[in-house]
Amino acid sequence: MIQATDVVKHFGNVHALNGITLSVGQGEVFGLLGPNGAGKTTLVRILATLLKPTSGRCRLGGVDAHTNPMAVRALIGLAGQNAAVDDLLTGRENLEIVGRLYQLGRTEARRRAEEILERLSLTDASDRQVRTYSGGMRRRIDLGASLVGRPRILILDEPTTGLDPRTRNELWQLIRELVADGATVLLTTQYLDEADELAHRLGVIDHGRIIAEGTPDELKERMGGDRLVAGPADPADLDQVTAVLAEVGGTSPYVDERRQQASIPVSDRIQALLQAGQLFETRRIPLRDLAVSRPSLDDVFLSLTGHRAEEQGDEAPTGRTRR
Amino acid sequence: MSFVPDTLTMTRRNVLYLIRRPQVIVFALISPIMFVALFNFVFGGSLNVPGLSYADYLIPGIMVQTVLFGGGNTAIGLAEDMSRGVIDRFRSLPMSRLAVLSGRTMADALRGIITNTVIIVMGFIIGFRFHNGPWWAIGSFVLVLCFGYSITWFFAWMGLRLRTIEAVQAATFLPSFPLTFAASTFAPVENMPGWLQSFSANQPVTQVVDATRAMMHGGEIAGPLIRSILWIIGIMVFFGFFAVREYRKG
Repeated sequence: MIQATDVVKHFGNVHALNGITLSVGQGEVFGLLGPNGAGKTTLVRILATLLKPTSGRCRLGGVDAHTNPMAVRALIGLAGQNAAVDDLLTGRENLEIVGRLYQLGRTEARRRAEEILERLSLTDASDRQVRTYSGGMRRRIDLGASLVGRPRILILDEPTTGLDPRTRNELWQLIRELVADGATVLLTTQYLDEADELAHRLGVIDHGRIIAEGTPDELKERMGGDRLVAGPADPADLDQVTAVLAEVGGTSPYVDERRQQASIPVSDRIQALLQAGQLFETRRIPLRDLAVSRPSLDDVFLSLTGHRAEEQGDEAPTGRTRR
Repeated sequence: MSFVPDTLTMTRRNVLYLIRRPQVIVFALISPIMFVALFNFVFGGSLNVPGLSYADYLIPGIMVQTVLFGGGNTAIGLAEDMSRGVIDRFRSLPMSRLAVLSGRTMADALRGIITNTVIIVMGFIIGFRFHNGPWWAIGSFVLVLCFGYSITWFFAWMGLRLRTIEAVQAATFLPSFPLTFAASTFAPVENMPGWLQSFSANQPVTQVVDATRAMMHGGEIAGPLIRSILWIIGIMVFFGFFAVREYRKG
């Protein structure tokens, strides 16, 4: 549904994108993960036909974004930090106006607005001006505006940046529902948990390049897979715990004195967990903790880029001032 | 092409903004009211205008000045939309791109109807009258609105070009000031020094003010009216082209 081939974008001598190639299939959620300034927003603006690439091609739903941007616009819905709604209009008016701009008739636009307001649980606030909305409500009406044209492709640019955890969860739920309805989604995020939560497949972007691609699990796998972690209930048993792990894993475990635990990489986590459990049982070593931990996406990001995801990169210009 | 329905939708959107933010119209009226008071009561007694009462002379000038100053709101409105990202939403929709601009300029022209009506009412209070019949009176009103409409394309270009509200606010006065004062708006051009006359007698505001005044009160209409229409079309086409180009650039 989305196909970008070798997309390059330079702003003067700032190289925002250095050859991005990606492909997103029908009904798939593709997460573009990267820090500020990595080029996420530039790519989104190019895919949404707001910006022309310096070179490279984009096809959305089989339509070339460069030669036929109007047809692409009819296919996509854009929401997030780059799209916005009108503060002084009510939620309903915002959706109705977008509906009219999709060439819906007056009654049809009203019906569609009603439908979306209901789906977003904004019916009660529908006749209030958007400036009175909370941050979460604004994001929802913004997302709603992108749904008016029944898009087959949704482009969400950092949909939950700046929201509190509860509101984020609500928005995630909403996005999952849209995906269940068959929408293809490209979403950008700087939050690893968000990418993990929503995306089927991830592209890690840094300095205008995709530096890794795969399912969240595949990316974690690349970090050396699972580790078996055990901590004794009594600090005096740490040596014994370490000995058990060595037996299970076949190598010498990493011992973390401060956290009073030892860990070791394992290839078959279920087998390792069962074996270790049995050994601890027979040797009667009381445990505080026994778990298999998978590397977090944060670990992935760190190992791929050499810096943490939350670190601020150099802000790339996006051709306009930010809010 | 969806140009006409989209323009109507965008006009509606901008008119809703005007209704929700009536202070824009109120502020748009404060300066003409002050200018009318200042010129009519303070300077009016000392200004000598041939063949007309000063109120009759002043009101057409004030109307043209008001649509020119009002154009600043077009620039500010567009810069505001740009900076808040609303424009990006519109640009991502399968709608006519020109409609974002034509809807804005249309709504601002509608605002011009309100402000100019208030100015005429105010004129009547200080003794202004139409001396050339109702049809020419209506014609003069339409001419001022047409000039106001064409000048909004200049300001639309400016707003899109400068992008930030602060820059636009600072910049809108620059062209408006010399254009309204070095003109026949408040006093006859003939009394200005020669070097200034060569500018003030030929610039668009003088043409439009002279045509409006003649249509309201009598005098030579054809010459200034034709020149006004040419200016109106010229400004609209020229800056319309650049505004659209600027908008497409994003």
